[in-house]
Amino acid sequence: MTKNIKSITNPKLKLEILTPEEISKIHDATLWIIEKVGVRFPSERALDIWAANGAMVDRDRKIVKVKGELIDSAMKKCPPAYLLGARDPNQDLPLDGNHVFVGTDGCGVEVIDINTGLRRTSKLDDIRDIARIADATEEVAFHWVPVSAQDTPIETRGLYEIKSIWENSTKHVQTESIYKESEAKAAIEMAAIIAGSKESLRKRPVLSLMQCTAPPLGHDGGSLDAALLAAEAGIPTGFMTMAACLTTGPATLAGTLAVGNAEVIAGTALLQLAYPGAPVFYAAAQTASDLRTGAYTGGGPEDFLFGAATNVLSNFYNIPLSMGSFATGAKEPNWQAGIENSLSTFMASIVMSDMLLGVGFLHGSRIWSYAEMMMDCEIFSIIHKTMQGIVVDDESLALDVIAKVGPSGNFLTQKHTRQHMHDLFLPEFMDRRPYNEWESKKDGACDWALSKARNILAEHQPDPLDPKISMEFNKIIKSLQA
Amino acid sequence: MSEELFKKMAQSIIDGDSEAALMLAKDSIRDNINPLDAITKGFVVGVNTVGAAFGRGEAFLPELVMAGEAMKAAVSVLDPELKKRGTERKMLGKVVIATVEGDIHEIGKSLVATMLGASGFEVFDLGVDTPSDKIIGKALEVNADIIAMSALLTTTMVKQREVIEELEKEGLRHKVKVMVGGAPVTRDWVTAIGADGFSEDAIGAVAIAKQFMGVE
Repeated sequence: MTKNIKSITNPKLKLEILTPEEISKIHDATLWIIEKVGVRFPSERALDIWAANGAMVDRDRKIVKVKGELIDSAMKKCPPAYLLGARDPNQDLPLDGNHVFVGTDGCGVEVIDINTGLRRTSKLDDIRDIARIADATEEVAFHWVPVSAQDTPIETRGLYEIKSIWENSTKHVQTESIYKESEAKAAIEMAAIIAGSKESLRKRPVLSLMQCTAPPLGHDGGSLDAALLAAEAGIPTGFMTMAACLTTGPATLAGTLAVGNAEVIAGTALLQLAYPGAPVFYAAAQTASDLRTGAYTGGGPEDFLFGAATNVLSNFYNIPLSMGSFATGAKEPNWQAGIENSLSTFMASIVMSDMLLGVGFLHGSRIWSYAEMMMDCEIFSIIHKTMQGIVVDDESLALDVIAKVGPSGNFLTQKHTRQHMHDLFLPEFMDRRPYNEWESKKDGACDWALSKARNILAEHQPDPLDPKISMEFNKIIKSLQA
Repeated sequence: MSEELFKKMAQSIIDGDSEAALMLAKDSIRDNINPLDAITKGFVVGVNTVGAAFGRGEAFLPELVMAGEAMKAAVSVLDPELKKRGTERKMLGKVVIATVEGDIHEIGKSLVATMLGASGFEVFDLGVDTPSDKIIGKALEVNADIIAMSALLTTTMVKQREVIEELEKEGLRHKVKVMVGGAPVTRDWVTAIGADGFSEDAIGAVAIAKQFMGVE
């Protein structure tokens, strides 16, 4: 096991959500979309690369139409497996198709303050605190930038954010909030300092980059330029589609899968054409828009199905997947949050999605809650346990023990029980107390989860980052400020 | 005769059928029906029907948007005819709407624009990545009652503040109401930048705009 990191591996449970025929139908539809409808690439550099490779490029509309063969041959250059490096090499994460890792969710704008319980605008110190707690929490394998550091300068905000995480945790950092060439360049420089050199960064990339697409069928110019820089440096890069039924995708799930797939695959192929063999991943968080408001829902049966179907697609292209799970639309940790986060994470886990994003948010990834973070971690632990399935062998059938106890006895005093009792899951936040005890205290999961987070924050001392490195980071950041 | 046509007009909106609405509007001009009547006795009845069904939870957002689009199609034919006759449709107010500079995420903004248009506002949609001075310039040009701005990123959201600051600097702030929206926009942000209102969805945005204009 990786140091202080829990991951799902060698699962016993399986699910066939799409047949091979259905997958190839979605793939064909995707190629048709890219060739006939086209995808928008508002970056001169990206358009040049497409043009040089023989794609049809409309410079005015910045729309590229690409033949299926070119997409297919580019996608074959993607490495199927690689490592996400961590500041502590014992926490490197193999993206090999046989591990499911969870990260903190990202892009939040508000935080429920860990001390006052009041909701307020997110700031840099919140990133520090969340990173420290995540560092100590075994369910969290890597970081996204959890919330926006809204008290830092805009042009270097993304750099302050990753600096803060590296200063407070030894685990891998994946940023989703760097979408400009200048910031990406500086971030890569910072990552190379942590890794020791540009070459070692390539071998053990301590940073990965996630870029959002602009659905339907578009990309953001800054994101494309940042992604190309990252791919050049060997930093794992993924494009995330958040295509949503009704608004940015068709009302039907298959159609929305195809639209999102076209965005991701076209972007990924571009990186492979520019830098063959660059480490890439598929990223997705498709959903269905709310029928009444059109809003992002953050949960529901459509999300659960997308969660399982997308890994089938990324497996088809033989690249790792970073999948949106958790991220409930609920306003507080409650029934809705429990259902949405459990089912979305279960469905994405049962197909072995490599990375799951992520723990900690309410209101569709907008409001950070420390209690929700800890409860999400327990949800992952429950699924982790469930995925191990039921072992059937002589030891687990325990016939000799059954015979020994016989009718009307009990198993509490058996040696076999002592040997295996810790195989059973012991929840931290489920209330299994006698009713009377609950009635006298009226406390529960939220209280316990919050107090766990508070204790970690008070007590956990992460392995510090060399202050000299922090100084160098400051210099890099300052050099970018006007 | 025209009663029958008015009914068909309302139905074309209820069905969200832009092509039918366009044809019916053209028919009404051919038959020399007062374009103002075509709008108020025909098409608007359809908009109100869908709006009421939405309010009761019986119609859904796509139906509302399609009704708005069909209304837009009809009005595109009838408005020039109104001008020719020297009359004007009474609008609730003028709205300049845009996604701010540096931001290309416009689906929410476009939804708000459609809903405002369907609700009787005159809407000037400047699209995405719109510099602050362009937003203000357009508002001055058309003598807008409302400026509406969207942003999806915390790094572009600050442009909403910039527009308000510019308006203040130019002494224009009192002339126009400002409403903002987008996923990262919170009540705290709205208070901090001194905007007049915000909404988390398109329906709410129409309510705020109407409130600004003192209707309903």
